[in-house]
Amino acid sequence: MDDKQKNIIEVSDLTKYYNGFLAVDKINFCVNRGEIFGFLGPNGAGKTTTIRMLTGIFKPTKGRININAYDMEKEPLKAKQLMGIVPEMANAYVDLSAYRNMVLIGELYGMKRQKIEEKSEELLKRFGLYERRHEKVKAFSKGMKQRLIIAMGLINDPKLLFLDEPTSGLDVESVRLIRDLIRKFNDEGTTIILTTHNIEEADRLCDRVAIMNHGKIAALDKPARLKHLIQSTSSIEVVFDRKVDKKNLRFEKVSSIKMAGDKIRLYTESPEDVIPSLVQYSQSSKNKILSINTLEPNLEDMFVKLTGEKK
Amino acid sequence: MNITEQLRRSLTIVKKDLLIYYMKGPVVIFGLLLPAFLFISFAIGKELTMEFLFPSLLGMALFFTTTSIGPVIAPWETRMKTFERIVSAPIPLWAIILGDIIASLLFGLLIVFFIILVGVSLLGIEIITLSLVLGTILAAFCFSAFGLVMSAPPTDNPSSIMMLSSLIKFPLIFISGIFISVDKMPGGSKLVSFFSPLTYYTDIARHSIQGSGYFSPILDLLALLGFTILFFTVAIIWHKKSLTKRFS
Repeated sequence: MDDKQKNIIEVSDLTKYYNGFLAVDKINFCVNRGEIFGFLGPNGAGKTTTIRMLTGIFKPTKGRININAYDMEKEPLKAKQLMGIVPEMANAYVDLSAYRNMVLIGELYGMKRQKIEEKSEELLKRFGLYERRHEKVKAFSKGMKQRLIIAMGLINDPKLLFLDEPTSGLDVESVRLIRDLIRKFNDEGTTIILTTHNIEEADRLCDRVAIMNHGKIAALDKPARLKHLIQSTSSIEVVFDRKVDKKNLRFEKVSSIKMAGDKIRLYTESPEDVIPSLVQYSQSSKNKILSINTLEPNLEDMFVKLTGEKK
Repeated sequence: MNITEQLRRSLTIVKKDLLIYYMKGPVVIFGLLLPAFLFISFAIGKELTMEFLFPSLLGMALFFTTTSIGPVIAPWETRMKTFERIVSAPIPLWAIILGDIIASLLFGLLIVFFIILVGVSLLGIEIITLSLVLGTILAAFCFSAFGLVMSAPPTDNPSSIMMLSSLIKFPLIFISGIFISVDKMPGGSKLVSFFSPLTYYTDIARHSIQGSGYFSPILDLLALLGFTILFFTVAIIWHKKSLTKRFS
């Protein structure tokens, strides 16, 4: 198929129902060849279901998926042949050695034995597993297993690599190694689709991010632009000695105020400008500030902001 | 991707199954011991000839060995999070199921070969006929496919499938001409026995060892072929249907 085509993935009106529950709701997006594309969202947002449809594990209820111009419904095997896949919480066969696991996946992709051996050696070295290639995987740590699973996903030199929560629950060293390798493989030309619920990870790795919530894409853009979009969800949480009327705290640059018990939360793009106003109000009204904290936007705030939901 | 390439990938599944599930000492020993114990408990104290008993042992051994591991592979791999990796590879679901069936078939044939070897060399039984060889291979495929039908429910709990398969397998033993030959069964039981594939394999074995059976060997082979096609098709359809539920 045409490698010069700009989009390696084209998705239109993709929908998935499970037992009457709408898991993915008519999403549309394209992934450019050579980019790292992220799906960011909380648990249950529909990220994994979307990946499972893109990788041919689930059949969509409605909609179309084209992978490198192959229609996923009509030519799933040709499309899958181009992919490397690291499913969420996947495991290698723990009763086989790391090397045997690599051979197994290589054979499932129809690779010749010599090519499998060459790629296995190269990848196991890159992922720091070569010395232990003949050990059974059951003896590996969680980080080593995850590195092996990613190596298995790369054995066929995929044009397109799907990584579903690749660093979830791993130690710092493994996370760093995996992130570095994701960047390197991307530099070498592999398009990468990544799902994560970690904003920082999406920010560091992705060229573009689709934020999913309740099965929909709430926003799709470059991470820097998305961050700008959510700046106003920074907030200051303050507790006064006595009850305060919200009206008295409507300072310039405060976008909204929420009361929760004795805590008052002021949403603002620039906490540094609002804090002096709060102190001034405290002094003039002789109402002492008992505690004050600035809070960075979290995922929940961002989804509320982007999806326009009320808490 | 052509059919040869897909079959080649099925063989990768066969290799994986044999390495991980079948070629283990306890599995092989259990495969021999279970039918042997059932046979002994059935044979002791009865004045039955070896010519009657041996087809029963063959039927039980082939049926139990080919349906022992196959049903639990899918739930086990769902639990171990390896099944999704296999399903996402460029191999059609039917080729994965075929691989699981062939691995189970090879295991069953190995055990039956061992039993036949003992029968011929120690008990002096003359049994080798073409219909028995064909029937054993066909029945091994048929029972293995039956095992894959039983593994279709979308669970990650192998013990649930083990319980389900025991509930189905043990009653079949009693209605398949193992303990009482089909011609001696009462009318109702005889009719029910026609719906068990094991009936036809036991009948082929009786033809080959006793020299006579209830049906003709050709009919036995055709019935086994029919059941094989039915189970293989149902296994593919049910596994396809259960895939979404299996991972959700």
